[in-house]
Formats: sequence, structure tokens, C-alpha cells
Amino acid sequence: MRRETVQGWLLILPALLLLVAFTHWPAATTLLDSFYATPKGSRPPRFVGLENYLDLLDDPVFWIALRNNAIYALWTIPASVILALVMALAVNTAIPGRALARMAYFTPTMLPMIAVANIWLFFFTPDYGLFDHVIGVFGGGRHNWLGDRDTALPAMIVVAVWKEAGFFMIFYLAALQAMPPDLKECAALEGSSRWNFFRRVTLPLLMPTTLFVLVNAVINAFRLVDHVVVMTHGGPDNATNLLLYYIYQAGFRFWDTALAATLTVVLLFLLGMLAWFQFGVLGKRVHYR
Amino acid sequence: MSTRFLEILGAWLLAIIWVLPLLYAVWTAFHPAEFATSFTLMAPLTLDNFRHAWDAAPFARYFINTTMLVTLILVAQFLVCTPAAFAFARLDFPGRDTVFAVVLVQLMVMPDVLLTGNYRTMAQLGLVDTILSIALPYLGSAFGIFLLRQTFRQIPQALDDAARLEGCTLMGRLWRVYVPLAKPTYIAYGLVSVSYHWNNFLWPLVITNSVNTRPLTVGLSVFASTDQGIDWSIITAATLMTSAPLLVAFLLFQRQFVQSFMRAGIR
Amino acid sequence: MIRRRTLLAASAASLAAPAVVRAQAMKLSFYYPIAVGGPIPAIFDGYCKEFQAKTGVEVAPVYAGNYGETLTKAVTAIKGGNGPHLAVLLAAEMHSLQDLDILASLPDVGLDAEGEKWMAGFYPAFLANSRADGKLWSVPFQRSTSVMYYNKSAFAEAGLDPEKFPRTWAELQAAAVKLTRKDAAGRVTRWGVKMAADTGNAQWTFGGLANQVMHQLMNEAGTETYFNHPKAIEALAFWRGLASAGAAPEGVSNWGQLSPDFLEGNAAIIQHTTGNLTNLKTNAKFPFGIAGLPGKDGPRTVVGGGNIYFFKNANAAERKAALAFARFLAEPERAANWSMRTGYIATRPEAYETKVLKDYIAGFPAADVARGFLPVAVGELSTFENQKVYAALTNNVQACLNGAKTPAQAMADTQAEADRILKPYKKA
Repeated sequence: MRRETVQGWLLILPALLLLVAFTHWPAATTLLDSFYATPKGSRPPRFVGLENYLDLLDDPVFWIALRNNAIYALWTIPASVILALVMALAVNTAIPGRALARMAYFTPTMLPMIAVANIWLFFFTPDYGLFDHVIGVFGGGRHNWLGDRDTALPAMIVVAVWKEAGFFMIFYLAALQAMPPDLKECAALEGSSRWNFFRRVTLPLLMPTTLFVLVNAVINAFRLVDHVVVMTHGGPDNATNLLLYYIYQAGFRFWDTALAATLTVVLLFLLGMLAWFQFGVLGKRVHYR
Repeated sequence: MSTRFLEILGAWLLAIIWVLPLLYAVWTAFHPAEFATSFTLMAPLTLDNFRHAWDAAPFARYFINTTMLVTLILVAQFLVCTPAAFAFARLDFPGRDTVFAVVLVQLMVMPDVLLTGNYRTMAQLGLVDTILSIALPYLGSAFGIFLLRQTFRQIPQALDDAARLEGCTLMGRLWRVYVPLAKPTYIAYGLVSVSYHWNNFLWPLVITNSVNTRPLTVGLSVFASTDQGIDWSIITAATLMTSAPLLVAFLLFQRQFVQSFMRAGIR
Repeated sequence: MIRRRTLLAASAASLAAPAVVRAQAMKLSFYYPIAVGGPIPAIFDGYCKEFQAKTGVEVAPVYAGNYGETLTKAVTAIKGGNGPHLAVLLAAEMHSLQDLDILASLPDVGLDAEGEKWMAGFYPAFLANSRADGKLWSVPFQRSTSVMYYNKSAFAEAGLDPEKFPRTWAELQAAAVKLTRKDAAGRVTRWGVKMAADTGNAQWTFGGLANQVMHQLMNEAGTETYFNHPKAIEALAFWRGLASAGAAPEGVSNWGQLSPDFLEGNAAIIQHTTGNLTNLKTNAKFPFGIAGLPGKDGPRTVVGGGNIYFFKNANAAERKAALAFARFLAEPERAANWSMRTGYIATRPEAYETKVLKDYIAGFPAADVARGFLPVAVGELSTFENQKVYAALTNNVQACLNGAKTPAQAMADTQAEADRILKPYKKA
């Protein structure tokens, strides 16, 4: 065998083993599990074919979680990406106190979600919490933000956007600072307006960054459920139940391995479709330098 | 000029909103409990909340656990991802592209989603409730490999060739040429990795059972979930304690961090 | 200060070795639901040290979050082959735990005839969730009843007698309406009454309400539920009605927030556990009272809290030691001490004969109010697949409190869901 072949395989072997053992293997066993009923006590698991999937179609909580997750993703992804871009543009110019502002945007990234969720819990507290305080000053009424089915999910979205925007900002900021300054001078000479410059030059140049950030935002929209665990437990009436939280509930609260496995397979399928869309469709339209 | 003024005002307003939870935490943590929900300028300062929080849970142990966890992950990721990224970037061998595609699957299929599958593997390995078990699923990081591969590919082949002519072995070239030149990528990736794992929650929650392995996040959630009601003063004090190291590190090195992100070409 | 070598040794040990190593000297791993705000871990560590000094058996308590989280942890750990030998879990989890095939019954841990007699010495209400298949499965320990705490200043201000707490639903609602206070702008600054409806707590609140109309929600075997019953609907309608009358907030109130609400003066009455008494006593800036729950016609309540369970994965010697520990905790002096320091009800009448507890109650009569309601208390809602049934009930209660479902609809839906969940357990 060629020497380079041996070297190549040896170098990738540790990484490959770890990846397969803790990503591909569990994914495969989970798929297998999804065809078996939940074992009870010492009885062995029973093969049931597609029954778990049919049960899932009948499970109203699954549909609610799926819908919630779609809403959660459709709000958090654009909101956090756009805010990240705005933040990056803001601190990329010479505003007074730039370093402070940059730090302020970035701090949420550094705080554990599990910890800040408790602080947000206070902000959302009805009557004397921060939001109701502020709204009260302007003459508004009280609101039970987390206890109301209509506002609980938006509250989760707000927390997620707050947590993520600063992280994505760093990537935009790095990209903006790497842009050749002469581009801007050219544009100034040609007398194009700032908005035009942004739309025609900056934004296209930021496309690879946007794709990268988008991938991360999509992943987080399905991964980040820490605040749900602390703030609502998926309630009220499943209004904030998200797919991963439902998996956690099924697997570790109800010990319903069949339900947990089936849900995981559905989530993996969703993520796969999204990956295909992002890399296959969007990726082709982005020009890497 | 006025639009400029509005822009600055907007930027600042956003900054204040963004830092508000932290400000609230600082306020509440340093004042007696009765000021947790009312804001009077003359409220007396106190360190009692920190003392109560520190006494109420073994935070020292949690700090050690998290530090060990984060260090273990960081070092192992470096050792595992570097050679793989190098092989994918600069070696030519059959099966390379297929394997690379297999690796990239993990970009979307994160270990966090595979809670039940990974839990069973850990149980079979007898590793449940160990720090190693929290770390294992994250050691082979597709993100790390992908990032380093991009960086290694941008390093001029001529440098590599020169080292080879001087008689450097493969590992020697990797260690002396590639790794030093990829330093910004390592710093940027290190920052992402450390902040991710310092704050990671769901998997550690599932896999740990005891004080000796619980990282800070899980310790904090155990501490904050209560039968008697929330005590915001103590919880905010605990929050500040647990996030302080990361916050301070970022404050000290924020310029370097941004610059490494810039040079790392994560964009 | 932690020495560097110790640190290194500790690191090496916890990196690879499972934390609970079954060592030569007997060490029992004991999962325990912690409650912050009180110095409970310290109290508990003290008991364990005392037990070790007496018997040489080390009991290592693991504080694992609230009841729900402790249950999750204990079962997950047992399934992972690394579980505790004993744990304090909700008394109501008996059927589910039995179904998981991880429990050792009391006869299995070596309860003999003398032990049977000792078990009979607990308050009967606390054994309500302990018996199945003709066997006992758990030992009462951290027990409470659902009670109401009320702000006496608010009562006086609203023109109510602070020494006379409502005894019927009608009286409670009327009082709660009077207690609700609004500012000039029409915003509520104080609610009459708040009851928890969040995950993990809604079923307890509702269990109390159901007993208040004398309705039993499940059969003893835990295989059937009776939600779709006029009395259950009536109970939920009363709960919902408090918000409609403007005396309670719309939507769901969180258990964790009730104490701050009460201490803040934002809620004049809260329904909570006796286990919160010491906390409120320490932190309340106003005189407050503790009272049994009212009922449709007169006071009735529900018991709550945790029992000690023993697990199959313990060997014979460990089981014996675990049972000895449970008995050690129930000794009168210790039960009295536990009750005084937490507010939980001592589980056996003897504890109330001790001098310390007698003196304590003489100085702080509120500490003995809850015990007076034990005769009108029933066991908690407890079925197979308990957590799933709880989730179904919680979701529907929350939907009803949000105004999305009528009480009748919510109860019908809960019943349908519970029937689906319990279908495999209905023996032909």
C-alpha cells in the first residue's frame, strides 16, 4: 500500500472512531430502536415495525412540538442573524464607546443559559417583574408572560435571540474588518449612497459568513432548549414544548424509549433535509472567495 | 448628521437592553433580598448572597469539574482534530472524500440530539457519571476538523515543501509549519469550544448523577430548582459566580479574540 | 484551600472511575430532592454523620434537584447500572416505579413482623400511597399536606378576621375577591389567591381540589382514573372560577414563584406545602397564618411529599442497612428535629410526644396546624405511567386556566388521554 494512504488513514483514525462511536452509531441504534416497543421491566423489546411512527402521527403533543419548533426557528433564526449583522455594523464604525457596546452585545454568549434563564424568569414575572414594571410606567396592564399560552413561546424566542445574536455578531465583525478598505473609497468616489453600497457590495461579500451563521442558527433552533427546561417545562399546555425537549421528556421522564427514538429519528431527518437545503441549494448560490 | 446620531443612539439602546440581565444580576446579587424586586439607590450593599450561595452548594467542586471537563475537551479536540484536518487538507489517499463527507454529517447531527443513544453507549462502557462521559461525544469535532482543514489549505504549499526538503517528517511538518501558522484558528475555535462546554447543559444533566462529576451548569440547576420558591438574590449571586471566569477572560482578551476570529477566516 | 496533590488525585479519580464505587466498607448512595432556601443539605449531612457514628455505615446523600428531577436521575442512574440504594421520591410514584421493576418491597428489604408493627405506627394518611399488591413499598419520611398561607395584614386591611380562615369554597372565593387590590390605574397590586399549575405541581393542587368535593381521582391499583366525572369537573370549574371572579390571575402561576409573590405582598393567599413554613417564617415581614385548605362544604386536603424507596440493585446487606437508616430517620427525636427545622409534618405520633417538639409548638402554634388536617387528607393522584398521566392532566388544567378549554372539555380530554396511557395496564 502507498505510504501516504497508510499515513492518511492513521491520521484520521482517532477522529473517525470517536465520530462514528458517538454520532453515527447512536444514530443507527436509535433508528433500530424506533422499530421496537418500549421494553417493560425485564421483558425483552418487541419488534413492532412502523407502529411507533403511526403512533407518533396520532400523538397531538408531537404535532404541537413540531409546530412550536417551526415557529421558534422561523423567528429566532432571522431575528438573531439580522440583529447580529446590525450589531456588527454598529461596532464596526467609530461610535463612541465602541468596545463597551461590543462587550455588551457579546456578554450573553458567555453566560450559561441555565443561569440567565432564572434572571429572565424574573423579567417575565407578572405584576412586579421588570417587564410589567416598565409597561406599568407607560400605563399598560399586567401580563402573565410565561403562564399564558400566547406569550410563552414568544418569551422563549426573545431569550434565545438575546442569547445568540452576540455570538453571530463576532463572525460578521471579523468578516467586516477583513474587507479591503479601498472598496469603500471607490464607492465614495462614485458617489453611491451608503444603503446602495451596503446592498451591492457589503452584503454579497458577507454571503459566506451569512451561510455559516445560518447553519449555526438552524442547529441552535433545534438544539437550544435549556431555557425551556428552567422556565416553562414545555408548558403551559405544551405551548413551549420543542422537539428536543419532548425527546428529553420521553426518554428521561417517561422512560418511553420507543417514543424517544422515534422522535429522534424525525428530528435527524429534519436536520438532514435542512442541511441538504442549506449546502445544496443555498451553498451553490454563495460565492466563496 | 442626525441619522448618525440616531444610529449611535440605537446602537447604545441595543447595548443597554442586551446587558440588562447582567446588570440586574449584579444589582440583586450585591443587595439584600428585599431589594431584589425594588430598586432604591440607597439600598445597602452586601456580600451575604454570595456567601449563602457558596455555602448552600459545593460550588468549589463544580468549578473543578467544569475546569477539568473544559480542559479535557479542549486538549483532546486539539489532538484529535489536528491530524485529521491535516490529512484531509494535504494528503491524498483513497476514500478521503467519502470519509470527509461522513465527518461532516456531525455538523448537523450534533451529539446533543442523540441523548438516548449515547446514554446507552456510556452505560455499556460503564462510564455513566464520569467527566470522561460528558466529554466523549464532543471529542471528535466535525466543526474543528472542518475549520482547521480550511486553514491548513490556505497555508502555502511552498512552506511545506521547504520543510520536507530540510528532512522534516510528516509529523514534524505538521507540528512546526502548520500548527504555528494556524494559531488564530486555534484561539478562535478554542474560545467557541470553551464557551460552548462551559455552558452546555442537557447532556451533562442526563449523564451525571453526583457532586463529583456535575459541571457548574448542572450544579446550578440543581441548586435553583426548589421546593420552597425562588430566591433571586442567591440565584443571581450563584449565576455571577459561575460565569465570572468566562466573563473576566473575555474582558481581558476581547481584542485578541476578535482578531483571531478575523484571521482564522471563520467568516 | 485545596492542595494541589489532592486536586490531582481527585481529578484522576473522577475522570475515569464512576463516582459511586461500591467499596469494601459499606456506603449507601442516597438520592434526595433538595430544596434551596432552607439549610436542608446541612441538616441532612448531620443525620448521615450521626448514623455513621452509630452503625459504621456511610450514607452519601446526593442532592438531585426537585422531586421530578430526582426521580429522573434516580431511575436513569439505575438503568445505567449506577443507581442509588435508596431515595426519597414522591410517594405517588409507587405504581410507576414498581412497573419499572426496580423497586424492592419492604418485605424484600427485610421487614419482619416487628417491622410491620412499626410501620403501623405512621399516620395512616401517609401510608395511603405505600400499599400495592398486598405489600408495602415505601417508608414515609418527608411528608406534608397542602395548606394555605395567608397574609394577616392583608386580611385586616380587607376587613376580614385574620384569625378566621375560610372553610368553604364560597367563603374562600368571597375573601379572595375582597383581598384583591387594584391601584388607581386599575392594575392589580395584590391577588386574592394564587395556586400553582405548572408542570410538577398542577396535579397536586388539583388533587386537593378533587378531594374537596369528595372525589377520588383513581382506583387503588393505579390502573383507572376518574377525571371525566361531574365532581372532577366541578373542582376544575372552581379553580378556573377564581380567575373569572378576578381574585386570581389568568393563566398559569408557577410553584417557584408563589413564595416570592407571597413575601412581596403580591398574593394574599397561596396554596403551598407545610415544608415551606420555616422559610416563610424566616423571611416574611408581616404576620401570616397557616390554614388547612377549605372544601366545598368544609376543610379537606391532600397529603404530599416524599417517601423512602429501596431499590433492587442493593444487595441483602445494603438493603438491611438502608432499612435501618429509614428507621433511624423516623425515631421520635429525629422526626421532631426534622419537623422543626423544615416545617414538614413528623410522620409518627410519638414525635409529638417529645419535649422539644411540644415546647416548639407551644411557642409557635402554626407549626402544628397542618397535622390537624391529616384526618381529612387523602393520598396523591398515583397511577401507572404516573408522569405521563400527570403531563396529560397538567396540560389540560393549563389549557382550562388559559381559557382555551372549558372545565368539562379539559376533564374529558384528560380522561381520554389517561385511558390511552393506561390501556396496557387494564387487566382483563
